[in-house]
Amino acid sequence: MSFAPIRTRLLYLLYFINFLYLLSPANAGAQSPPSATYAITHAKIFTLAGSTIEDGTIVIRDGKIAAVGATVEVPAGAHVIDAKGLQVYPGIFDSITQMGLREIGAVSATVDSTETGGYNPDVVAATAVSPSSEHIPVTRAVGITEVLAVPGSGGFDSGGGGNVIGGQASAIHLAGWEIDEMLIKKSAAMVLNWPAIETQTFDFATFSRKEKPYTEAKQEYDKQVNELTDWVERARHYSQAMEKGSGAKYDRDLKLEALAPVIRGELSLLVFADRSREIRNAVEFCDKQNLKMILAGGEEAYKVKDLLHSKGIPVILRPMLSLPPEEDDPYDRLLSQPAELAAAGVKFAFASFDNSFARRLGQNAANAVAYGLPYEEALKAVTIYPAQVFGLGDQIGTLEQGKLANLIVTNGDLLELTTDVKYLFIKGQLTSLDNRHLRLYEKFSKRPKAQ
Amino acid sequence: MKTSHGLNADRLRTPFLYFLYFLCVLYLLSFPVLAHTATPPDAPAVILIQNATIMTVSHGTIEHGSILIKDGRIAEVGQSINAPKGAEVIDAAGQFVIPGIIDCHSHIAAESINEGSVSVSSMVNMAEILNPDDIDIYRDLAGGVTAANILHGSANAIGGQTLVIKLRWGQPAAKLPFEGALPGIKFALGENPKRSNFSFPGQAKRYPATRMGVEETIRGAFSEARDYKKTWEAYNKRAAAGEKNLIPPRRDLRLEPLVEVLEGKRYVHSHCYREDEILMLLRVAKEFGFKVRTFQHILEGYKVADELAAAGVGASTFSDWWAYKVEAYDAIPYNAALMTRRGVVVSINSDDAEEATHLNQEAAKSMKYGGLSHEEALKMVTLNPAMQLGIDKRVGTIDVGKDADLAIYNHDPLSAYAVVQKTIIDGRVYFDRKRDIAERSEREKEKKTLIDKIKKAAEKKPEEKKPEEKKPDAKPPAGQKPSEKKPEEKKTEEKKPEDKPKPAQPPQGPVSNSDARFGASSADFGGAL
Repeated sequence: MSFAPIRTRLLYLLYFINFLYLLSPANAGAQSPPSATYAITHAKIFTLAGSTIEDGTIVIRDGKIAAVGATVEVPAGAHVIDAKGLQVYPGIFDSITQMGLREIGAVSATVDSTETGGYNPDVVAATAVSPSSEHIPVTRAVGITEVLAVPGSGGFDSGGGGNVIGGQASAIHLAGWEIDEMLIKKSAAMVLNWPAIETQTFDFATFSRKEKPYTEAKQEYDKQVNELTDWVERARHYSQAMEKGSGAKYDRDLKLEALAPVIRGELSLLVFADRSREIRNAVEFCDKQNLKMILAGGEEAYKVKDLLHSKGIPVILRPMLSLPPEEDDPYDRLLSQPAELAAAGVKFAFASFDNSFARRLGQNAANAVAYGLPYEEALKAVTIYPAQVFGLGDQIGTLEQGKLANLIVTNGDLLELTTDVKYLFIKGQLTSLDNRHLRLYEKFSKRPKAQ
Repeated sequence: MKTSHGLNADRLRTPFLYFLYFLCVLYLLSFPVLAHTATPPDAPAVILIQNATIMTVSHGTIEHGSILIKDGRIAEVGQSINAPKGAEVIDAAGQFVIPGIIDCHSHIAAESINEGSVSVSSMVNMAEILNPDDIDIYRDLAGGVTAANILHGSANAIGGQTLVIKLRWGQPAAKLPFEGALPGIKFALGENPKRSNFSFPGQAKRYPATRMGVEETIRGAFSEARDYKKTWEAYNKRAAAGEKNLIPPRRDLRLEPLVEVLEGKRYVHSHCYREDEILMLLRVAKEFGFKVRTFQHILEGYKVADELAAAGVGASTFSDWWAYKVEAYDAIPYNAALMTRRGVVVSINSDDAEEATHLNQEAAKSMKYGGLSHEEALKMVTLNPAMQLGIDKRVGTIDVGKDADLAIYNHDPLSAYAVVQKTIIDGRVYFDRKRDIAERSEREKEKKTLIDKIKKAAEKKPEEKKPEEKKPDAKPPAGQKPSEKKPEEKKTEEKKPEDKPKPAQPPQGPVSNSDARFGASSADFGGAL
């Protein structure tokens, strides 16, 4: 017996102690140093790029996946996580949230998700994302490693009204001391709330339903679409002027400037629409204006699946754990839609459209599987597909060499209700799973018996 | 004939008839095309469910077991039972049977849920506004729910009277109530009764506006109720003694239900969030000598679990809702498990028609958050809510003699991959997934026929439509004649009311009964939460 193996073992022990330290509650909220190298061994690895590896190793170095495979060597000095009996997946990407933009729904002072006014292409979600939001660690604990923070997408935050152009959505990692550390892509999409023909609206002033004739609603709709068309055309002229550089004379307009990448086809429109009529109209509009479109919501996407397929328009689906849009829809209308869209070749992702319900994303995906969606498609719809949709497919979403090491180690099926995340890496850094809920649980578990 | 106002009735008749037509059209448009499925199923006298994994909740799991149902009740449960003559046999090979899910907090089948004008609305009763045609009854049935506690909203410290129903889809309103179940009354504490998140233009602030005032509102009402009770008792005593010419006390419909609470004849189901208000109501209950049957939501129940256990009060909570308002900021998904560990009877409820469709999944989360066992988790939506509602002698477990209220799944019901195959109430198959799917094309046809009829009817009466159309068409867009709009207008899609003001808004719209899932929550407006 030589000394070398003993030394190695000692080193391993030291690494292990160091590793334990990183996971200790005292270090809560922190990440391991970016320089650390990790090897996750004996894991079942769902690479989502090719076949699943039954007993494999992943090496993480310098924030990236250095190697992944069945016969990968563990580098000297690596922290080793023996993942026998555990599974490794790419981290989940929740591609529509108000993460960091809304803390407590009912308290407007904690809500920064929707600016006033109809057209705010210049506002950027990243500006208002609070890195200290309690939602971030809570969401991370279920294996979500990155999200799209989406501004101006309506909802009650906006007091029932809303923007037409809501602003720029930002893709962020769910870890980092400051927003710059969290950013994946500051401007990942431009939010457009497609106007709807509303014959029935809710009037917040009198707190009652208001009905109006179709013709009137249609006129209002046409007016809104005309206004939108006008914005796009002005942005096109502005963009042309910008391209000419100093040779062209124009006054700087921050809103039109923000729209220019959309006009140039460099930035996609994230178009919120649910009804088939609105979806068709939005597709036609984007087609005519030569704009790249991502559909968000899509409750009736199945009615226009061939159109979406032929135009190559991806969909970010609203949670299926919602009631069907129509009273006489089949009760499982939303649950069976993903399977139907997949069969029609429409690319889609699942998203929570929320913060506090972000942790139901896996549950939503599993429910789609229960109603016919192939399992691997469901996994991809919360990882690589949203990454591809927002132009991040080369950075995240699968477990492949060279990609950012955003990944999770679980004790079971990622989408199942009872599965726990054991380890979570963001940008190759082992990241704490501690959160507000766990802390309150531990605190009150220890409460001495009341007298 | 003259009316009491001296108007000639004939002059009124024509507009009145038009109004009736109008109502009829509205009715037709709003009617779910599912109408024909709303026929209640026949009740076969004898059903045998075979080859199933039976999760009895009371005495473990039986693999490849059978359940014999006779006259709507469970007649036998066991390993293998021979089918009696004439029995309808359900082969449930590979499937899982559990007691029907009981939702301890629901607002389905209700025409409205909040009489929010006063702080004590105990005179109103949910039993009087049941809507048996509410499609959410069917949707929840398809989620394995067989019984639900239909609650008034939470706009007032003391809300309306409540009742338990069975989800007998297709039966008239009179057949929905759970026979023999004790009625209840809704109380509410915290932000909703003090109207923290609401303000209506032109409406003065209502008392109470603080948690202090909420306590005093309840104390005040019970103080009155106690006096009222005494007055009646004195009267009854004198009447019983044979005294003549007594004048009975004036009936008070507001106080009567509170007297029933004092007498233990009506359950108190109290909406609450914060630990302090929970203890407050327990103190008030002690002062006036009544029991709180369940605390609803009770998202901070884990902080006072010992006190709840000592008071013997049930807790009915959400699985993982949080952060939609300040009093929900300390909500944790470990709540159900933590309270259970300290001896509280806990149920997981929906408060929402959609949430109710997957209460089995919500119960499963208590295994992940807090490590409850499979059986403990399953109890959260079966036996425990039955106990909380005082109906556990009839439902909540799979035992001989109990009502045949069952849900059959294709996987372990505590998995996200489980889908309800059949839901049985009183031995009748009220929901059958295969049948539902098979009937879809039929329903589509029926829908189309109805729409075509409406279209035809509309085409027949162009004169009558004219005055209606004139207004909006006053300034038709250039090059478009009013007549050209008609075909467009007849598209059925466009005829339907749009609930969604904005695409990103919750599908149910702001007047839905409750929905905390979307930011500030529509429930905060309706006050159901």
